[in-house]
Amino acid sequence: MAEIVLENVVKNFGKVRALRGVTVEVKDGEFLVLLGPTGAGKTTTLRIVSGLEEPDEGKVYIDGQLMNGVAPRDRNCAFVFQNYILYPHMTVYDNLAFPLRSKLWRVEEDEIRRRIERVARVLKIEHLLRRKPDKLSGGEQQRVALGRAMVRNPRVFLMDEPLSNLDAKLREEMRVELKSLQKNLQATFFFVTHDHVEAMTLGDRVVVLNQGSVMQVGAPEVVYSRPANLFVARFVGTPEINLIPAEVMGETLRCKTMGTTWKLSEIPFFQEVRNIPSRVFMGIRPEDILLGQGDKFGEVYLVEDLGVDKVIRVKTDHTILRVRASQEAQFAVGERVPYLFRTEKLIFFDPVTEKLLG
Amino acid sequence: MKKDTGGMYQKALAEYRLKIYFLAPTLLVLIVMNVFPLIWSLGLSFTNYSSLMSKRIAWVGFTNYSRILSDPFIWKYFQTTARFVIIAVGIEFLLGFGLALLLKEQFRGWGLVTTLILIPMMLSPVVVGLFWTFIMDANFGLLNFLLGLLGFKKILWLTNPHLALYSVAMVDIWMWTPFIMLISLTGLLAIPQSLYEAADIDMASWWFKFRKITLPLVSPLLVLAVLFRVIDAFKMFDLVFIMTGGGPGDVTETISMSLYRLAFNKFKTGESCAMAYIILILIIALSNLLIRWIHRTKTA
Repeated sequence: MAEIVLENVVKNFGKVRALRGVTVEVKDGEFLVLLGPTGAGKTTTLRIVSGLEEPDEGKVYIDGQLMNGVAPRDRNCAFVFQNYILYPHMTVYDNLAFPLRSKLWRVEEDEIRRRIERVARVLKIEHLLRRKPDKLSGGEQQRVALGRAMVRNPRVFLMDEPLSNLDAKLREEMRVELKSLQKNLQATFFFVTHDHVEAMTLGDRVVVLNQGSVMQVGAPEVVYSRPANLFVARFVGTPEINLIPAEVMGETLRCKTMGTTWKLSEIPFFQEVRNIPSRVFMGIRPEDILLGQGDKFGEVYLVEDLGVDKVIRVKTDHTILRVRASQEAQFAVGERVPYLFRTEKLIFFDPVTEKLLG
Repeated sequence: MKKDTGGMYQKALAEYRLKIYFLAPTLLVLIVMNVFPLIWSLGLSFTNYSSLMSKRIAWVGFTNYSRILSDPFIWKYFQTTARFVIIAVGIEFLLGFGLALLLKEQFRGWGLVTTLILIPMMLSPVVVGLFWTFIMDANFGLLNFLLGLLGFKKILWLTNPHLALYSVAMVDIWMWTPFIMLISLTGLLAIPQSLYEAADIDMASWWFKFRKITLPLVSPLLVLAVLFRVIDAFKMFDLVFIMTGGGPGDVTETISMSLYRLAFNKFKTGESCAMAYIILILIIALSNLLIRWIHRTKTA
């Protein structure tokens, strides 16, 4: 197993600046998730680790060895591609055997068979071994791609959105399996996704990437509860976080667009943090707003029933708040409801630098 | 309701008629130029008909066929043809596929180079035959002039009986290598680059990738290209006719050349029809073998 270090990696495709100095460290045996929107440079980062792309600047280390200029085949990284890329003219068995047969040192066919059978058992694809990829469903292909990565005990597993082509139910199953697989193999996983739920559930740590720059690195719960900047706050979590412009005026915090004010003494943040600019962005997650209590009122604007819970949009003056409420909550559109902010959960951002305050 | 279906019937009929109108000219040409001669010549192959003489046509049964199949010269010409096909198509295949592998990678001036390579294929065989006859002329040919500059002896390209067939094959190779290259290149470019990336990740060497990915995926097209060339080379007539006329002696006498002689020098029309049928059957058999082989590689 191995650790990966990217140091200040820059990559340009023509005029497009794909990566603008990315520094990431994947620890030995860690499940690191690289999270970001389309075009953030996630896949490029992964391809640079695997050697399919060379960085324009910066260094790549695997296990402390400098990997710049080293061919992919000499890096011993497994790569699970987004669309799997199985060899279409070979059976599943031959697909799985490919990396073992192609190695510079020959692996005996008996040994190959033993390894393939073991991997096939783990991934439950034993019955598919004689088939060709075009006769497999998406989930089955995904397992085969995973199997092809597993058979040769690579130093690291690089995964480029391997679950994105699966339907929701299968994706959830595979998520659980991937996580347990990683724990069993004690392997280093570098996993790319644009799905923050996937990132939250899978990652030991999450790296948020946007437009080729690292926005935040941290444990999933930290990225969620204390996003480093406005981008991360917005990108992570559905429904999206509520971000409300506010002004500090004397001993009160005034939200003009909501038409309401708080006493600074009510908000723990202001007791702990000094040097707060007078204008801020106030952030609060939908589940940290409680409906049906408190002394402030809003009007129910829209109710979305998600099955497990409801998302209720509450209009207060010019702002529409997203609120997560339990399934039992009964609100009618147009109804006036009291709401309460869990003030200990409030986070604040500098509107100029867009960075988290405190 | 009844009226409606009647209208639809009328409309369908009109469409059907329209299709017939569009197809009719082609069908007519095909019937007059291909189908009729095919059947007529089959009939002639069982007669002693000669287009030169106005004697009565007599039914001779399989006499023409047995005469041809027992003619030792015909077998020699078949061998000559086979040698020509194997040499020419074999080298065309190696060169064409090799060139395609080189041209698979994009480089500056790729379009120009590819177009230049394709030029020989676009020329008329008669023109090619004529100017190569000049180039290969023993006394004032360009080839011998260049050899002379390098201090070599003159080579009798087209008049040395040991060399003539190879010289003609060389021209065929010059002319048709681009064809194999073009088809191979199409096949190579159709292989997704991502497969090679997957193979890179799977630690495959260049040779392993070539053997396990390139060859199996491009082989159906390669077989097709070779099939075209084999059928075409088997019918080799134009280059031989222009460059050597089958000579010196009969060392470059291909089966088509000999067929031509039988039909238009000796005017044994009935016999030549029989011979044409024998060649046709051979070519069909040969192509069937190759096509079956494509199917086998597909299912394997």
